[in-house]
Order: sequence, then C-alpha cells, then structure tokens
Amino acid sequence: MTDAMAAGGPVEEREGGVSLWADAWYRLQKNRLAVFGAVFLAVEIVLCLVTPWIAPYEFDAQSLELTLAPPSAGHWLGTDNLGRDLLTRLLYGGRISLTVGLLASLVSVAVGVLYGAIAGFAGGKLDNAMMRFVDVLYAVPFVFLVIILMVYFGKNIYLLFVALGLTQWLTMARIVRGQVMSLRRKEFVEAAISMGVRPWRIVTRHLIPNSLGPVIVYLTLTIPSVVLEEAFLSFLGLGVQAPMASWGTLISSGVEVMEVAPTALIAPAALLSLTLFSLNFLGDGLRDALDPKGAKD
Amino acid sequence: MEPILDVRDLKAHFFTRRGVVKAVNGMSFRLHAGETLGIVGESGSGKSVSQMSLLRLLPSPPLKIVGGEAFFRGKDLLRASDAELRAIRGDRISVIFQEPMTSLNPYLRIGAQVVEPLLVHRKMTRAEAWHEAEAALDRVGIPATRNALDAYPHEFSGGMRQRVMIAMALTTRPEVLIADEPTTALDVTVQAQILALLKDIQRETGMAIVLITHDLGVVAGLADRVLVMYGGRVFEEGSAEQVFYASRHPYTMGLLRSTPRLDVDTEVLPSIAGVPPDLARVGEGCPFFERCPVRLPQCSLFPAAREFGSGHVGYCHWKGEGSPWEVPARFVSKG
Repeated sequence: MTDAMAAGGPVEEREGGVSLWADAWYRLQKNRLAVFGAVFLAVEIVLCLVTPWIAPYEFDAQSLELTLAPPSAGHWLGTDNLGRDLLTRLLYGGRISLTVGLLASLVSVAVGVLYGAIAGFAGGKLDNAMMRFVDVLYAVPFVFLVIILMVYFGKNIYLLFVALGLTQWLTMARIVRGQVMSLRRKEFVEAAISMGVRPWRIVTRHLIPNSLGPVIVYLTLTIPSVVLEEAFLSFLGLGVQAPMASWGTLISSGVEVMEVAPTALIAPAALLSLTLFSLNFLGDGLRDALDPKGAKD
Repeated sequence: MEPILDVRDLKAHFFTRRGVVKAVNGMSFRLHAGETLGIVGESGSGKSVSQMSLLRLLPSPPLKIVGGEAFFRGKDLLRASDAELRAIRGDRISVIFQEPMTSLNPYLRIGAQVVEPLLVHRKMTRAEAWHEAEAALDRVGIPATRNALDAYPHEFSGGMRQRVMIAMALTTRPEVLIADEPTTALDVTVQAQILALLKDIQRETGMAIVLITHDLGVVAGLADRVLVMYGGRVFEEGSAEQVFYASRHPYTMGLLRSTPRLDVDTEVLPSIAGVPPDLARVGEGCPFFERCPVRLPQCSLFPAAREFGSGHVGYCHWKGEGSPWEVPARFVSKG
C-alpha cells in the first residue's frame, strides 16, 4: 500500500503527504545565509515589539546637558543633539520602519497579486486595458504622487503605508500576470476548466497558489525597497514627523552631526543595512528553495 | 434509439496570422449510450480539436466554430451559453487528458482535487463529497484510500495519476467521457490496466466513451465504432470489425499496413510517403490527395458519403477492390 506512493520525501514519519511547501521549508533550512537572515529579522522584530517595555528611556526624553554624548554605560550608543538616547530611538525607529516595510509590502501583494492574476487569466482586451493602466501608473513620478497625497490628506503615517504600497504593487502585478499567463496553459488548469470550475475559483484555487513562489521571493525584495523609500521620504521630511523617528530620519539627523558624534550616523545606517542584507539573503534562499527544479534533493 | 451526442457537419477553424487553419472541416458523428467511439488519426488530423471545441475548451480566438450543430440530449452545445456549458462540463460530459503528470495541481492534496467536480456541480457538503471521493478512488483501484486522499500529486506515479484523473472525471457519473489519448503517456502494462478499467466502469455505469487516439491497437481493443480522421475530415466510419477487417478507404488501408504486427516478420515497416497537408492551404478537395496512391481527377472536390456496408461509411471517389498498396493491409484475426 505505501509502496504505491513514491518513497523519498525528506520527512521520514509523515502524516499524509509532503507538500511542496514542506519540501521548500526543508531546503530553506539548509541555506545558512537565509537562516541567518531569518534569525536576525526574527530577533529584530521581537525587540521592536517589546520596545516600550525594554527601552532604557522614553523616545522623546531629552537631557540637554548631555547632548551628542559618545557611547557610555548610561547610553550604550550615545545621545543625539537633543540629548535623547540613541539606542531607544533606534528601537522605536525600527518599529516604524519595519511596520512601513511590512504593511506597504502587504498592500502591494494584496493588490498586485489579485490584479495580475485577473489580467493574466482574462487575457485579451481586459488584460490589455489593465496592463496599460499599470504602464500609465509606472510613468507617474513616485515622489510627486506621495507629495500630492501628503498635501491633500495631511501628513499621516498610515497614508505613507498606502502611498508606498500603491506604488509597489505595479511590479508585483506584472510578475503575477506573467506567471498566470504561463500557468493558464498548464494541463491542470485546462482540466479544471473541463470540469466546469468557475473562473473565479480557478484563479483563487489554482492560479494564485501556484504563482506564490515568485510572489514570496519578490515580497522579500519589496520590503527592503519600501524601507529604503520610507527612509528617503523621511530624509526629505515627507515621512515620519518629529519627535517620532524612523531609521530614515535617524540617518538624516545623524548626517548633520557625523563629525561630532559618528555613532549617530553609523548605528542607524548599520542597522538598516543589516536588515536589508538579511531580507535579501532570505529572499535569495526562498527563491532557491521554492524553485521546483531543486525539488528532487 | 436517440443518440446522446449528435454532431452534424462541425467546422472548427483556427484564425491565425498565416491564414485560416481548417482543423476540423465538416465532421459528423453520433454517439449512443454505453457505446465506445474510437477516433483515430495522425497528429493534426483534427481528432482532438473536434472534441475539445464541442466543450469550448480551446482558446478563442484563434479557434472559431464556423459551422455545424452538436446536440447533446437535444441541446445544441455550439449555441449554449458559457454558463450552460460550464454546468455540463465535468458533470454530464467529462474529459480526461493525455498528460497525467501535469494534469493535477501540484499544490493541492489528491482528495481536494477529486472532490472538486462534486463541490462545483452538486450541492454536497464537504464530508459527503469526501466520502464520494474515497469511493471513486476505490473504484479506480487506488488502495489505502485515506492515505491517498492526503497525498500530493508528486508522490504518485504516472499510472496512479491517470487513475486519479479518471476517478475525478467519474465522480459525477457523466453520461459521456471524452478520453483524449488517455494512455499515450503511460507504459504498455499500465496502458492495458487503464483501458481495462475504463471498460469495467463503462459496463457498470453505461456511459458513452469517445476515445481519441493514434494507437490503432488501443482502438481495436476498446471501441465499438471507429472514426478515421485525416486533415480535418472524416474518411471512414464503421464498426471496429468493418474498419479493421474490411476497410475500403485507401488511407485507412495505408494506416493499417503501417502498423507493426507481431505475426508478420518485416525488416522495414511500410509507411505512407509524404507528410500531412498544411491545413491552412487545403481547399475543397480531399486532403489526402498528395499522398494517395489512387488519386483521381474528381478528387479536387471532397466526395459525398458512400455506404460500404451496413453502418460502414467512407468518403472516397475510388471504387476499386482490394488494397491499392503494395503490401496488402488487413488485420489478421488472432489465432
């Protein structure tokens, strides 16, 4: 009875079958860089979650007699030009930067996957119209769009999520559309059509799950680019407003004082870079793990 | 007796940049309950396209049905709405395809896929459907059913997957099963098992089967009636005996002659010289003209049906006796 099923899944005592997801997970675990990235991100996320309880100071607590202090036992990373503890501000900044990165990316996935899948499955005129709309949006300068949004709706952190997400979904839509167009001609989709399955169910049950591999990979690449864009906008003064901080604003104020207090620049810049590295490692590892050609390990 | 499926003068053309490819150029046939109709022909003869176009399974454009009628239980499939057709597909007419390796969604468990037609077409709860799925897998000879339902497609071999596809196609107890080269991708022993399985199920349920294949052996073993297609046209139609043992059409005879046989020792397998016609260029004439050993002037116009015997119809102007080919073509009955 069991010899009827092909042996050789990675998990030895399995209940039911080994899904491709389980297989990919197994291969991801063997990739050291990806695991490092995942662990680093996990630690970072946990620290940011519990920041209000572990941060040594209030994020806006100033001590004007101790400005631009070098690292010390009281302030591990020193203080900024208003005497605020840098470590505290870094942790709080991480909350904002990571939230922006995650939420904006999720917005882009939700919109992009659905949009791309519908366009790719429908094909023909609808597809053409939908993708030309994407082309038009591509042509709109991103900063310009964000500035307009900010001017109309006021400076608001939630608006930032939406604005960043809405500019990131375009590429996602194109990727998913391409995936779906090739999947659409696969036999199992034709079989589903021949069984009388409704188009909507084919999209949600057959096409989207099968195109999730590239989506996940692209997601891990979207998060860093969103974090960077948020840093860029904050640097320009369009993003997070004082006294709140994100890594972008910390870097921006660190630049001003880098000759007196280099840690004010180095610390946030290093943390941002490490995070981006980790995300890229993880993305790379996921791409390899989810590549079905590697599935025979 | 009323046929289940009555197709009259079906014409399905592909409109491409190169021109109009007349993939199916006037095909008629009738299918009765409990009967197996074998459609044989080379690649590109239109055998698949004709059946897939009935269920609107081919992308349109480029495919367009330019003529004909196809009555399924009195309803013209060619003029049915998309929703009406969707209700028929997978419920009353099911299809199984050639490629069992890729016909299952790699990310869904077998069970979830087998219940799909039931969930789509019947108002069944998940538990009821699941129960049916177990019975269906049991019927196609997949043991350890509970385990099998939880497995993923890549854990199954090709033969097992084709069994799953058959189980899936049969859960709704369709009246017609269209089997498009169901055994081509499988090795010979598995092939025989699958064919025997189809036969058993047919005996049990009384469904009609349309068996599309280029393998004459498969047709000989399973079909009650045989339809020989070439270049988008039907060349000959009759019972399996009539077509295999008393063929009167030069193409069919040539095809039979080039079938390898265990009882005749040959160094070189005879073949039909030439290549199939470019279907974008065929006109009103016989598409076999270029390769035919007995072509006649009147072949520039495709012939009307000619009765060779009771229920044995051919489309050829040639009225000669015996085989026009050098090596006589005849299936010798076994033993």
